[in-house]
Amino acid sequence: MTKIKRVSGASLLVAAAIATQASADQWSDKFPHIKNTGDIAGECSYESMSKKDYSGQTLTINTHAVPVMGEPTALHAEQFAALTGAEVNVIHTPAGDLYSKAMVPFQAGQAPYDIVFGFSNFIRDWKQYLEPVPAKYVNMAQMKDVTQSHIDVNSWDGQMIQFPIDGDRHYLKYRKDVIDNPVYQEKYKAETGKELRVPQTWKEYAEMAAFFNGWDWDNDGELEYGSAEVMKKDDLMYAAFFSRSVAYSKNPRVKGGFFFDLETMEPLINGPGFVEALTDWVEATKYVPPGGINFGLGDEINSFGGGQTLFSFSWDDAFVAAMQDDSPIKNKVGAAPLPGSDRVWNRVSGSWEDTYNQAPYIVWGWTAAVAKKSKNHEMAFDYLCFFANDANHQADIAIGRFGVNPFKKSDFKAELYVERQGWDPEIAKQYADTLMEMEEGSTNRVFPLRVPGVFQFNSAVATGTSKALAGQLSPQEALDEVAAEWKKIVKRIGADTIREAYAIGVALEDAE
Amino acid sequence: MNFKHKYLFLLPGLLVLLAILIFPIGFTVRLSLSSWDSFYPALDFIGIENYVRLFTDDARFWEAFGRLSLLSVTTVFLQYVIGFGLALIVWKEIAFQRFFRVLFLIPMMTTPVIMTVIWRTFFHESLGPVNDILSHFNLAPLWLSSETLSKFTVMIVEVWQWTPFMFLLLLAGLLSLPKEPFLAASIDGAGPIRTFVYVTFPLMAPISIGAIIIRLIEASKIMDTVYVLTSGGPGTATETSSFYIFIKGLREFQFGYSAALSLTYLIIMIISFTIIAKILVKLMVRGN
Repeated sequence: MTKIKRVSGASLLVAAAIATQASADQWSDKFPHIKNTGDIAGECSYESMSKKDYSGQTLTINTHAVPVMGEPTALHAEQFAALTGAEVNVIHTPAGDLYSKAMVPFQAGQAPYDIVFGFSNFIRDWKQYLEPVPAKYVNMAQMKDVTQSHIDVNSWDGQMIQFPIDGDRHYLKYRKDVIDNPVYQEKYKAETGKELRVPQTWKEYAEMAAFFNGWDWDNDGELEYGSAEVMKKDDLMYAAFFSRSVAYSKNPRVKGGFFFDLETMEPLINGPGFVEALTDWVEATKYVPPGGINFGLGDEINSFGGGQTLFSFSWDDAFVAAMQDDSPIKNKVGAAPLPGSDRVWNRVSGSWEDTYNQAPYIVWGWTAAVAKKSKNHEMAFDYLCFFANDANHQADIAIGRFGVNPFKKSDFKAELYVERQGWDPEIAKQYADTLMEMEEGSTNRVFPLRVPGVFQFNSAVATGTSKALAGQLSPQEALDEVAAEWKKIVKRIGADTIREAYAIGVALEDAE
Repeated sequence: MNFKHKYLFLLPGLLVLLAILIFPIGFTVRLSLSSWDSFYPALDFIGIENYVRLFTDDARFWEAFGRLSLLSVTTVFLQYVIGFGLALIVWKEIAFQRFFRVLFLIPMMTTPVIMTVIWRTFFHESLGPVNDILSHFNLAPLWLSSETLSKFTVMIVEVWQWTPFMFLLLLAGLLSLPKEPFLAASIDGAGPIRTFVYVTFPLMAPISIGAIIIRLIEASKIMDTVYVLTSGGPGTATETSSFYIFIKGLREFQFGYSAALSLTYLIIMIISFTIIAKILVKLMVRGN
């Protein structure tokens, strides 16, 4: 008689873990991109996608140019095609043309693209042409992990219209090896009488940046500079201006609008707070690298990430680039909230309040959406879900040039960066804490402008502020010009129409 | 062949003309009378509101037009002078004549956008090779961030890219000139300068006018260089009218207004070039 050995529960668990590990190895062997984590179980994991069959079907995606967002789009398209048998065509478009390249066929009633990538603040103009994210995806575990602020920026009036694939905020990045250096702290104190520390205000930022501008403070034989900023007159520099403005203009005691007075729809863009910020920014042209006034986002990433400057502030990309294995300044950088201000403008009382103020700017980020007229809704959403699955996401956020930044609650754990990316534990904790604080800690946040004709408003800001940076106009003149243009835009589109859309963003800000 | 058959043969050409010229212009005219933008994507009718706005409330367009005039006239003048000089050099028998003729044409054969990206890298104030070399002489020009120098940089790129076009036309012109006037000048004892002033240049006048007009038309459409090099900056220092129309149309999605801008611009260009051509004929064609 054959004795049948009972299999214990523990043995079963070990066997399951080994089977899972074997499965993870199978996928990471085939797709080295996820070698650090292997496949992570979920509705849109590699394993799950391999069970889908989209053979004979074609998916067309319009995305940004390589590398930022363009490279991960193409990579995941290749992987998706290999797993599901689909044919995936990826078209790369410069940032400035993403809006129009999708909008033209939208308005013509055509659907050349199944998926369109863009900035999350396109949502008001694009939403009627986009397919809302089905409940199936909204209720998935990986979506439940997305932070509320990123659910909000991808939703309109409670309905998710765009698929969260990236997280964005502006924060301060700095050279820890300089700020924390006792020799430089002593030197700074001796020459200025002030503490060298993570700048708490934009004035401190300017003083420190000017002090460390134009000399070789890291002994690499090259000159270093104070700050790398996105100043080039294109689609993105206005975001840098708003980052500088929020501390002076976002008063937690004043409700009813940051960009406009919600009630009257009068632009607030030329108020004293914004003018103060632009004045600081014009001063900043003295402590950026040569040609810094012409830096786009890529230049900023390369400049700070390559160790050229003491400070930078913008999206995550420069920080992640600085912390990559091949970076000369890996584990020498720190993250901190955007500097604040020692005074904030109160537009109701019409006076400055001499109190410290800090306000996170939840900048619009990359997003993707499925065209309503696409014939491949399910495949398209599966692709986006695959793009943002846990394994791909953790791999993507470790590569600075990909432009994919943390937006899931599980992203804000320091251990993730220490174990998977070799970050210094202190830096990893500081990074995670800074981001988490912006997501959940602050009650004085500014959300991006998401109103009809958003590009007209942003274009006006870009033109005005760049004139000030170039010395063509004073800060007040430049912003008066912007305000005048904004009034014309409001009049053309209709104050009520814009108010209706703007109220949604204001509700998010005032709810805090 | 009767009367009807002639028109049948003309029909394909007429249909093509309709498709690629008359319909787009007609649609643009109609579009310019609407308020089509990102929020109101429809051909409504607002009369001449866009044109009123252009002529009474858009100083930025006219400033851009002024900058365009400066850039295009200056670059075309430089292209003409340099192109003519190069053509004269390789017109006569010299060593490696064919090599030089091909060499001088290379810039024109490259893709403008790609070359402008390369130029932007060259002129990058922090990381580019030009300033790296100049730093040895304690020079660090702000090629792309100075209001004045940025215009000069745009001109450098344009002149580099399109001088070969002038060179090609003018060389062809030189090669087609009759030999007799030159023989006569030589017999009369004219030196190279007098031969050029009194024989070569006047004989080349018709070709020169054609080349200048063609280049002016192309230069007035300058867009890719500005887009890649400076995005119209710093501030609006290098913003040309064509770039401004691009911003209004494809960045801000004000299709109706940008249609009005485009048509106005077209009419101004037609009138301007007609006048310029007449002036050039008067100035350059001697004995007429």
